[in-house]
Amino acid sequence: MASDSLPIQGAIGLPRESGSTWPATLHEWVITVDHKKLGLMYIGMALLFLVIGGIEASIMRVQLAVAHANFVSPEVFNRMFTMHGTTMIFFVAMPAVFGFGVYLVPLMIGTRDMAFPRLNAWGFWITLFGGVLLYFSFIGGDGLYGAGNAPDVGWWAYAPLTSTAFSKGHSTDYWTIAVLIAGFGSVATGVNLATTIVTMRCPGMTAGRMPLLVWLYLVMSGMVLFTITPLTAAQLMLMVDRYLGGHFFDTQAGGSAVIWMHFFWIFGHPEVYVLIIPAFAFISEIVPVFSRKPIFGYPIMVAATVAIGFVSMSVWAHHMFTVGMASYSNAFFVLTTMAVGIPTGIKIFNWLGTMWGGKIHYRVPMMFALGFLFQFLIAGLTGIMLSAAPFNWQLSGSYFVVAHFHYVIVGGILFSLFGAFYYWFPKMTGMMLNETLGKWHFWLFAIGFHVTFDLMHIPGILGMPRRIYTYEPGRGWEQWNLMVSLGALLQAAAILCFVVNMIWSYFRGRPAGNDPWDAWTLEWSVPSPPPVYNFAVIPEVLSRRPLWDVKHPEDPDWKYE
Amino acid sequence: MKFASGNSLKLRRLLRFGGAWLSAACCLAQSASAPTPTSTNIFAPNSTPADEIFGLSMFVLAVTGTIFAIVFSLLLYAAIKFRKRANDDLREPLQIYGSDQLEMAWTVIPVLIVIVLFMTSARVIHAVQDARRPPGTIEVTVIGHQFWWEYRYPQYGFVTANELHVPVSDPGHPTPTFLKLLSADTDHSFWIPRLAGKTDLIPNHPNSTWVDPHEAGLYLGQCAQYCGTQHAKMLLRASVDSRADFDRWVQAQQQIARDESALSAEALEGRRVFHATACVNCHAIAGTKADGRFGPDLTHLMSRETIASGVAGNTAAELRRWVQNPAAIKPGSLMPSMNLTDTELDEVTAYLLTLH
Repeated sequence: MASDSLPIQGAIGLPRESGSTWPATLHEWVITVDHKKLGLMYIGMALLFLVIGGIEASIMRVQLAVAHANFVSPEVFNRMFTMHGTTMIFFVAMPAVFGFGVYLVPLMIGTRDMAFPRLNAWGFWITLFGGVLLYFSFIGGDGLYGAGNAPDVGWWAYAPLTSTAFSKGHSTDYWTIAVLIAGFGSVATGVNLATTIVTMRCPGMTAGRMPLLVWLYLVMSGMVLFTITPLTAAQLMLMVDRYLGGHFFDTQAGGSAVIWMHFFWIFGHPEVYVLIIPAFAFISEIVPVFSRKPIFGYPIMVAATVAIGFVSMSVWAHHMFTVGMASYSNAFFVLTTMAVGIPTGIKIFNWLGTMWGGKIHYRVPMMFALGFLFQFLIAGLTGIMLSAAPFNWQLSGSYFVVAHFHYVIVGGILFSLFGAFYYWFPKMTGMMLNETLGKWHFWLFAIGFHVTFDLMHIPGILGMPRRIYTYEPGRGWEQWNLMVSLGALLQAAAILCFVVNMIWSYFRGRPAGNDPWDAWTLEWSVPSPPPVYNFAVIPEVLSRRPLWDVKHPEDPDWKYE
Repeated sequence: MKFASGNSLKLRRLLRFGGAWLSAACCLAQSASAPTPTSTNIFAPNSTPADEIFGLSMFVLAVTGTIFAIVFSLLLYAAIKFRKRANDDLREPLQIYGSDQLEMAWTVIPVLIVIVLFMTSARVIHAVQDARRPPGTIEVTVIGHQFWWEYRYPQYGFVTANELHVPVSDPGHPTPTFLKLLSADTDHSFWIPRLAGKTDLIPNHPNSTWVDPHEAGLYLGQCAQYCGTQHAKMLLRASVDSRADFDRWVQAQQQIARDESALSAEALEGRRVFHATACVNCHAIAGTKADGRFGPDLTHLMSRETIASGVAGNTAAELRRWVQNPAAIKPGSLMPSMNLTDTELDEVTAYLLTLH
């Protein structure tokens, strides 16, 4: 292992501060502007809401395990799918990718913190507050009509279901405001990441020498700036409709339900690319290190990501193929959606090219990365099926599309996040995660994921719509729904392994040292966990893999790039 | 680094994965080739829009299936062939940074695939969305409500609810049914998978879809756009009738004159309850003073097989249960319970049973 002889040094940092009282520690974390602590808090928030969102999903799967079940009422079920979607997108996935971003980017570009440390803190706390506000609706949602409780309008909150005529009380307002203010946090962090990446790279790190993760976070941050604002605008318009006599989306008064859809999906589609691009970033760091080869085709990976960033802004109405747009409008969105699949697919080939001819070490991060590759391939192909508009007329609004997007988000993003956890937990805490528990986590989750989400495509093909609290027997849906629900049990068991692993390893794990994976980017040159100032001496780099150059002085990367 | 062998486990996972998919595909193929009366399988089309979609979907599946087979095999091969062996010499493999030719190839080929898929999709979009109405087209206006379906037949001058009747269309002399889709409240979506893809019913945004079923029978579906509490129970029933049966059904629906002298005493009393209490605010019965439009038209209620948009059978017991307390059968339905006494319930049910 090369970790002990690196000339690039951090200073001495201990994993746990000794002699601090718990109020002092709590105070330190609450007032911190240190990107590493904020990153950890973002990730911790994501994990907490992941468990809550998972419970909501489990409630739905119990209700749907058999036809005409009575586990929960329709009202409760409708709140469950609304809260599950809203939680997972805005309070799990977004914080998770931002958390890894603000933690890793300064370390990977050789600097001491983000461009705007206080804005970083503000972004985190307002996002957390949004999550708390959303969940306060369960107890605080009582409104003028006593019609209280959590929102039940779906996470897209389509008009005119959200008008005061059809959504009485304040449950819809909780959705609107909680997501709105979380959006402010996202924009703040987007600005912060983009500025940091553009202005604070260490000497020698030209744009062409940034780790691929940093490039991908740059594209993602740029997208955040354009993506969130249409949703914020629409939500403000909705509040005007609900309380100030507006009629933007009030169809009874001549307003347009379709315009809400356009606003929402102009946000909604780039949003999912905002989520997947960091997942691509983690894979692009993990696969090379565990294949022992550089990423195949770095320039094309950058170009493809930039292309995705732009083209993904033009595909949104593929969520609206059934809404009754003109045939040439539908055709346009078919073309752009298929077009965005090209740079996305190319990345799979580049990761394959990275593995090809390598020496693949199947440690837990790489196992999750391999799962990602298989699953993202399938998810992308079901996406191509959905992009063919006439096929979409059958598949959309059904369990086929629910299976597709869970394949992307769980099979893709969550697997990639798990890989990132196992890869960077040692850096963040100074301890290795337990490999055996990690393998249990992987296999339980992979099997449970496939049982649930492979089979879920079938009820969709058999005509089962989504967002239904129960279904009719005799249509051939029962056995598939039962098996889909059983897969959820395995996934829950896997998450339990994961949580146990994190807790156990933090206290009893094997010490990691600086560079447990024999990796090549700058974060592995500092102690684990890094000291608060990251680098004692700001490094200077000559290539994309500065630690490779140090470990292989006879064959450095800068000779070949 | 400690090496762990994942190959046998990967093989097992692959077999499990493949086996599940194979059995699923067989089930689907079986139910598509011999669809039951309650089948809602999108791969068992019986009408031109659904047929066109089926043809396109088979082509898309073939293309994506081929891509999957190739890339999956390559990934699997790489994952196994290039794994670190137990007798590894700890040297780093050859560091390859890229290949312009490979990258060009795997960009150009997907572009060509996309062009082909786009062209085929565009053709089907045009064929379905821009289809012309031949003479003999049946026109139906569908109005989506929370949580039931209103059907108006402007060519024949009557209104009905929840059970659609359309004639079989003979390809030699086509008589498709064009459905104008409107909504009285929130978004809905009309989805009978074996007849056509779904099209949404959006208030203030009229839409249109069409079907030309090849075979008579019962075709099922349901609302496919979340519209509120009872979205799950906004079921669709389309009876595709032979031309003769359809004409007979139309004639029966057009009947207004009613021989009310034939009503039993109980039914007459029920008629009085119906017209004197709030029923007439929501429901219409042609030929009487009841002309409410908020709820389903009940003129020919007994010509339907189900009530409450497919949720319950159209029997005396179910009718009585529904009128007594709709929330017991469909909680969240907008029909309130009028708190009728037992006698009144028997009387109203007896009256409803006369609405043939």
